[in-house]
Amino acid sequence: MRNIFIEELIKATTKKKNIILLVNDLGFGVVDNFRKKFPKNFFNAGIAEQSMIGYAAGLAYSGKHVFVYSINNFVTFRCLEQLRNDVDYHKLPVTIVAVGSGLDYGALGYSHHGLQDYALIRTLPNFLIASPGDTQEARSCIRYLINNPQPSYLRLSKDSKYKIHKSIPRIYPGKWIKVLDNNIELQKQKNIFLTTGSVIEYAKSHILKKISKFSLYSLPLWGMKYKKYQYNFLKKYKSVTVIEDHFQDGGVSSWLSESITNSNCKTRIFSASISAKIVGKVGNYKFLMKYLKKVIK
Amino acid sequence: MEKYKKISKDIRKKILELSYASKSSHIGSSLSIVDILLVLYDNFIYKKNIFILSKGHACLALYCVLNKFGYINTKTLDSFGKNNSKLMLHASHKVPGVVFSSGSLGHGIPLATGVALAQKINKTNNKIYVLISDGELNEGTTWESLLFASFHKLDNLIIIIDYNKIQSIDYSKNILKLEPLSRKFISFGCDVTKIDGHNFFNIYNSLKKLINKTNKKPKIVIANTIKGKGIKFMENKIIWHYKSPNFEELTRAKKMIK
Repeated sequence: MRNIFIEELIKATTKKKNIILLVNDLGFGVVDNFRKKFPKNFFNAGIAEQSMIGYAAGLAYSGKHVFVYSINNFVTFRCLEQLRNDVDYHKLPVTIVAVGSGLDYGALGYSHHGLQDYALIRTLPNFLIASPGDTQEARSCIRYLINNPQPSYLRLSKDSKYKIHKSIPRIYPGKWIKVLDNNIELQKQKNIFLTTGSVIEYAKSHILKKISKFSLYSLPLWGMKYKKYQYNFLKKYKSVTVIEDHFQDGGVSSWLSESITNSNCKTRIFSASISAKIVGKVGNYKFLMKYLKKVIK
Repeated sequence: MEKYKKISKDIRKKILELSYASKSSHIGSSLSIVDILLVLYDNFIYKKNIFILSKGHACLALYCVLNKFGYINTKTLDSFGKNNSKLMLHASHKVPGVVFSSGSLGHGIPLATGVALAQKINKTNNKIYVLISDGELNEGTTWESLLFASFHKLDNLIIIIDYNKIQSIDYSKNILKLEPLSRKFISFGCDVTKIDGHNFFNIYNSLKKLINKTNKKPKIVIANTIKGKGIKFMENKIIWHYKSPNFEELTRAKKMIK
């Protein structure tokens, strides 16, 4: 996915000269092509994430569309106040590109596990979260963000080459996209699964082990502004099971539950999210995904 | 320069009145930057030159200066700190003439660095001024940004330090070792000038000299100032970082300005 990002960014920068790529001394083997092609559009801020977001906001104020490329926690936790005060509050076109969603960097330990980023970013009123499920959604998301500069957070899988959509889907903030609907009877269509981000690959195989026919939806673009529209999607179903590579606290299932708080919506929301027991555990992706709370018995 | 004497007195009176009316803190911080802001706005902030107040808690001084130069009217200025006013007690970009909101320290230099870098990319001659407190020299982002600005030769970035030597709850020298300041900045690759932040001639001449220097170094102006300047009983007193004057203190202070 990260290579798709650079590929799309190179394509866009040949047309839009105001694109700037900023890194915190990360992106070895990934950002090189961009740097070679557009040396004047590339800056290494050094290992100084808080200041880097300040530079990004200053550049964006001056008419640049800034993409800040880094690893999940370094561009969220480390510089959250700069994202809040400098980018979000001033509504500046800065796109945070966070690589290593969920447990991508499983063996590197808790410092590198991206399990709380949704919780932080979704409290920023002007931020759009882009969390693509597969490589096709990744292209849709990147193109959407390039064409709609705004405070935004692109959460990318490190290595996923997964392709579930036949073509590049049309996406819109807050809108659920149908991924799978195996000609199942109407009754089952009322109990659906929903994911956001690259966990979709794991989710599909995990559900398939239990159920052969099911409906699966993906939510690639979301954020605080779009919570109010979720009622319209949720109300169509009896139950929605949300699978996410994030803690339940502050995650997308909580976000959906909040969206129908104080409403008369009867839809039941189930959450399959990462247990906090994972803190301090290391291992590869498959091993660590055992900490995903199972909801299908 | 004579005209500044009168205007600065008017501004100090207004700061006292509005601080009293809004019962707001940070009067000492506002009084220490009045003279710098006055010279800056009268001579250097024009066309696309940009000013950022990083020490956003001293916004009352900035708002009074913006009022003097026609950015905001007196009715707006008088709404300072009132319910639903645009003029909150920290600098706000919702106010005409204010580019960035501030309030949390250590944000102004990184923002100014980004703007200065953009000017270099666009090959403009615009200058970026940022005024920080000496307390902000405690922040890591200040030094990180200097490394970046120096590496990228941002000589269009002018950082003015309001060196009033009092931070929040104590004198700077009792908190961290800031000195030797000049040598620190020089070792970071900056051009350093020391000025008397209450001497109009000195402020003007130093800034004028600086902006014509193209030595590819970010510019640091260490402005020696007095916290609470102009009101004898407020000068160099830690309490005036927090306290707003009561009616008796307001009357006494206004008499001192005459």
